[in-house]
Amino acid sequence: MTKKQKNQLRRLILAGGLFVLALVLPKAQGWAWAYFVPVYLFIGYDVLLDAGRNILHGQYLDEQFLMAVATLGAWGVGEYPEAVGVMLFYQVGEFFQSYAVNKSRKSIADLMEIRPDYANVLREGSLMEVDPEEVAVGECIVIKPGERVPLDGVVTEGESLLDTLAITGEAVPRSIGVGQEIFSGCVNQTGLLTVQVTKAYGESTVARILELVENSADNKARSEAFISRFARWYTPAVVGAAVLLMVLPSLITGEWRTWVYRGLMFLMVSCPCALVISVPLSYFGGIGAAARKGILVKGSNYLEQMGKVQTVAFDKTGTLTTGELQVTGTYALPPVAPEELLRLAAAAEDFSSHPIAQALTREQRDLPPAGKVQETAGHGVTALVENKQVAVGSKKLMESLGIPCPEPQTPGTVSFVAVEGQYAGYIAIGDRIKPGAKEALEELQAVGVHKTVLLTGDRQSAGEALGRELGLTEARCELLPQQKVTALEELLQEPDRKGTVCYVGDGINDAPVLKRADVGVAMGALGADAAIEAADIVLMDDDPKKLALAVGIARFTQRIVKQNISFALVVKGLVLITSALGVTDMWMAVLADVGVAMLAVLNAMRCLRYTRNRLRLP
Amino acid sequence: MKKTFKMQDLDCANCASKMENNIKKLPGVIDCSISFMTQRITIEAPDDIFEEVVAKASRECGKVDKECCILY
Repeated sequence: MTKKQKNQLRRLILAGGLFVLALVLPKAQGWAWAYFVPVYLFIGYDVLLDAGRNILHGQYLDEQFLMAVATLGAWGVGEYPEAVGVMLFYQVGEFFQSYAVNKSRKSIADLMEIRPDYANVLREGSLMEVDPEEVAVGECIVIKPGERVPLDGVVTEGESLLDTLAITGEAVPRSIGVGQEIFSGCVNQTGLLTVQVTKAYGESTVARILELVENSADNKARSEAFISRFARWYTPAVVGAAVLLMVLPSLITGEWRTWVYRGLMFLMVSCPCALVISVPLSYFGGIGAAARKGILVKGSNYLEQMGKVQTVAFDKTGTLTTGELQVTGTYALPPVAPEELLRLAAAAEDFSSHPIAQALTREQRDLPPAGKVQETAGHGVTALVENKQVAVGSKKLMESLGIPCPEPQTPGTVSFVAVEGQYAGYIAIGDRIKPGAKEALEELQAVGVHKTVLLTGDRQSAGEALGRELGLTEARCELLPQQKVTALEELLQEPDRKGTVCYVGDGINDAPVLKRADVGVAMGALGADAAIEAADIVLMDDDPKKLALAVGIARFTQRIVKQNISFALVVKGLVLITSALGVTDMWMAVLADVGVAMLAVLNAMRCLRYTRNRLRLP
Repeated sequence: MKKTFKMQDLDCANCASKMENNIKKLPGVIDCSISFMTQRITIEAPDDIFEEVVAKASRECGKVDKECCILY
């Protein structure tokens, strides 16, 4: 609690005591007001002053003014205890509201507490503690165990485990050693690290993330815009209704006191506070909950769109696959065993730097030496391995050697192998599917994404095979980068489409597609600035399972926003009706108004506590 | 030019939206957005009168809530 809040709390308690005293003390006939006026002034003087000041500034119809008019009106109709009680309630409500809002604001801000305070820079042989902003590119910094990495750089000495939780939401620490890139915002856990700085603070990962989250409020969701439009006409409308209610029935019935009293109740519920506070707070809570999981949302409008997503289009490489080639199958013709085929082929390719060669050799150990290696670019390799003539390569290579070979049964890239001039089998090479990609797609379907589409430049057969393996509903293949935008536009224009279209890519060469989609999601953004720039939602690590989580958070936030809007409108509506009918009194009116705001704020805070368990996956 | 500033003592959400509306109506302001949560204001205005506009915006905030101002 701030000092200001503590003082206010004391004042509230004191005023409450005085109010009770004024109520119970025996009062002389006609002098009751004298007991209540001091309490009223004590608890309400600031509201009255603000109201007066606001009128001077031409601000009518604000909260303070309305409360001042309502309570002064209560004096006018002779309801002294009501006048004081309403003012007291109003102040108590304001107090709790500001307390709750500040608390939630702080807990969201705490999530974002990844800003490094200092850096230990090596200058002239000694360590100096300086502001990270003062460290120049190329200088060396030392990061002790337990310290936050202040700047991006490359490790030059030491090895350690890095806690990347705050940046990626990933709980398992990463190991890091000499020569590896290190990103600011992570926490060094075990060893002493020396790092050469590669980026100034302003361009470092942590500064970019903070900037992104802080600017996220610029992009307001449609519900937020609705609320501000609503707030603009709600207050004048209710005040107008209050005036009508005071005047018209009174003119007919002549019971001025009754109708003025009822009109005053209208004034008490004429502030749209509950809505105006809780809606942005819900969105901010949702954005905060996502940030905690390593999902950065660039604005509440994108959260809103993500909640409505029904079509997800995927880039292939770097999104569903790792982009690393690997052996996906070995098909050997007897008598050669599959392992033998692979070993011979790897040995022949051992010295080649071609990506396929690297995929072949990656998982092989203790390869026999190859002699007489002849590499034909784009075709393959022939070599002498263990005194056998081995040829590895494309169909063209086999044709040029005069070796007939069958059409392969598997999609994707294939390397044929011939031993001693005889066709011996082939090895299928494919992109490695990311761990978790299949589960991620299942989760997406479970949360109601009906359509999952692969957009790839791969051959039809390879794309379709990947689509089948992962359970995608559609694969659009052989697309040039610019055709991906067209393919996405086709998805956007599909007539039976209900929800929004989301595109997931790595942001490296698909920025136009990311921009074109309703929501562009970039994955694996840690250290990839282009991706952070182009996307609407950024997944800091490259775990595709974050997608369903992002949809879940977005839906939950949206639900809370709707709950708050409808709850506040219903309660206010009820109060207006019962007040007009004279069923309720002023106490009820002010309690309802203050209570709704409080409950809405507390409800909004639930967004912040969203966890994966809430997805309710099968 | 479009710039974001921190705000001081922005205590009520309704005030924030009121300030935003009022600032949007100021001459020279192209766009303005206030985030109550992060206590930040983003103002877009022509370069040559930018500082003047920010000063006016800050006064506008003070009119709504006397303790609130833009830190610039």
